[in-house]
Amino acid sequence: MNIIVCMKQVPDTETLIKIKPDGSGIVTDDIKYVMNPYCEFAVEEALRIKEKFSGQAVLVTMGPQRAVEALRTGLAMGADRSIHLNDPTFEGADGFATAQALAETIKKESFDLILCGKQAVDGDLAQVGPSLAELLNLPHVTLITKLEISPDKKKAKVEREVEGGKEVIEVNLPAVFTCQKGLNEPRYASLPGIMKAKKKEIKPINLAALGLPADQVGAAGSKTKILKYTPPASRPPGKVISGEVLDAAKNLVRLLREEAKVI
Amino acid sequence: MAKGIWVFAEVKDGNIRKITFELLSQGKKMAEKLGEELVAVLLGSKVEGLTGRLAEYADKVYWVEDPQLAQYTTDAYATVLANLCKEHQPSIFLCGATVIGKDLSPRIAARLQTGLATDCTGLTIGDDGLMITKRPVYAGKAFTEVVCPSSRPQMASVRPNVLEMYPPDGTKKGEAIKVEAKIEPSSLRTAVLEVVKSAGAKVDLTEADVIVSGGRGMKGPENFKILEELAEVLRATVGASRAAVDSGWRDHGDQVGQTGKVVTPNLYIACGISGAIQHLAGMGSSKIIVAINKDPDAPIFQKADYGIVEDLFKVVPVLTEEFKKLLAES
Repeated sequence: MNIIVCMKQVPDTETLIKIKPDGSGIVTDDIKYVMNPYCEFAVEEALRIKEKFSGQAVLVTMGPQRAVEALRTGLAMGADRSIHLNDPTFEGADGFATAQALAETIKKESFDLILCGKQAVDGDLAQVGPSLAELLNLPHVTLITKLEISPDKKKAKVEREVEGGKEVIEVNLPAVFTCQKGLNEPRYASLPGIMKAKKKEIKPINLAALGLPADQVGAAGSKTKILKYTPPASRPPGKVISGEVLDAAKNLVRLLREEAKVI
Repeated sequence: MAKGIWVFAEVKDGNIRKITFELLSQGKKMAEKLGEELVAVLLGSKVEGLTGRLAEYADKVYWVEDPQLAQYTTDAYATVLANLCKEHQPSIFLCGATVIGKDLSPRIAARLQTGLATDCTGLTIGDDGLMITKRPVYAGKAFTEVVCPSSRPQMASVRPNVLEMYPPDGTKKGEAIKVEAKIEPSSLRTAVLEVVKSAGAKVDLTEADVIVSGGRGMKGPENFKILEELAEVLRATVGASRAAVDSGWRDHGDQVGQTGKVVTPNLYIACGISGAIQHLAGMGSSKIIVAINKDPDAPIFQKADYGIVEDLFKVVPVLTEEFKKLLAES
């Protein structure tokens, strides 16, 4: 089975985010970039499917030059090859433009299923997976926590997390799935894996190779526009409630009722 | 020209979800400002009885009745809604940033080739008549203001519990209009085989008014019992930090934070949670935050409105008793 994994490089979740003084974006100095945590589940699942059914796991990402590091991580985990959409005109893509560029690339590949993270933890859109499925005219299932491929490889039975429980869904392949925590435990890259990854393909795709007009990619091809970035509302300084446990608890309960009015 | 503010009415267990009324309340204000009509769109099976409550807010209620809509499936819902949008050309389309809304809206946006702002925490109409959505990025470490300048509808999914909900003014009685679903059974590519409710499931974390959360300081899965007891009294949902989830003490669905659920309750009580950046990002928009931790230097206290520096195992049971007394009085 051939599996496409769409992945993204994002700031590590421990990163403090600072906004540029003019609100046009975030300060990118000193950011440590990693593979999006939800993409790790997608890569891991692709490797498990490949190990069971044989075939290829192909990584696809869009991003600047540094995104190569995230591809290398996925290749070191065991993916076979990778595709890197990298062109200055791709910058500033919203969810739609990103899905469109990925769809254009993936159309040229032969695949049985596509795995994405449930969302990237930078833009937090959770849009690209389902939009990609629509543009490729494929079904999708979001938030999967279990994936079983039928022996004839024509269908998948998946579990997905919903509010207050889970759904079990059957879908014909090929299909797009977005992966949620709980699906698997992503492996770490082994040393031999890291060595092998150095020789694996990272195929660059620029605007010409992608084959879309320049006004359909990046900021120009986006349907939405970010007007500005703002910091979160600052919270007033809190109160430390001291004293004996019983007094402190009584005090807290009173404050929550009388001052905060939330109880 | 595209006109009308549409709200997708989400049904769960036979009732319209609260987020729908939050959207209708906000949608009404925006409709007045734009001089456009407010429309609710209701899909399902045996849903005619639900149109009345929507008509108290909306000028029109399109309701689509079909046995194939009894259970949410992406293909059926996306097709019906996208076709209705193509026919009537609304200027704005809103849904909840719920599991269903988040599954559905990117699909419709791609089909209609339009812009979508997901998981928004604010909606306004700008001076130029465009909808300006406010949405968190980096799990709330920053916010963005987003517009959809030229394609229509301008789509947004909105997080539950953040928009203010108003009661209907009592005078409105919108028109309920039945619409044929026209779903080709062969176009449905997914089938829901089973829905499993989790045992003892209360309100989902993303919709909870009150959350009691435990972290590494809980020391083990068995100790979450004291949080369950507190939660029982407060009718709260129990959450957990990544440390607690990664230790296997709680289910991954309970995780609050950047790689878990981003929550906005009225009251968040953090017990034995130090407050890693990725956790603070996930709960920092809670209205009131209480932290109980014996380490006075724990970063959680920087975010907390009220803090108690003490062993949680001493504080929580006493707190449970005090809440019990208070709530028995009122």
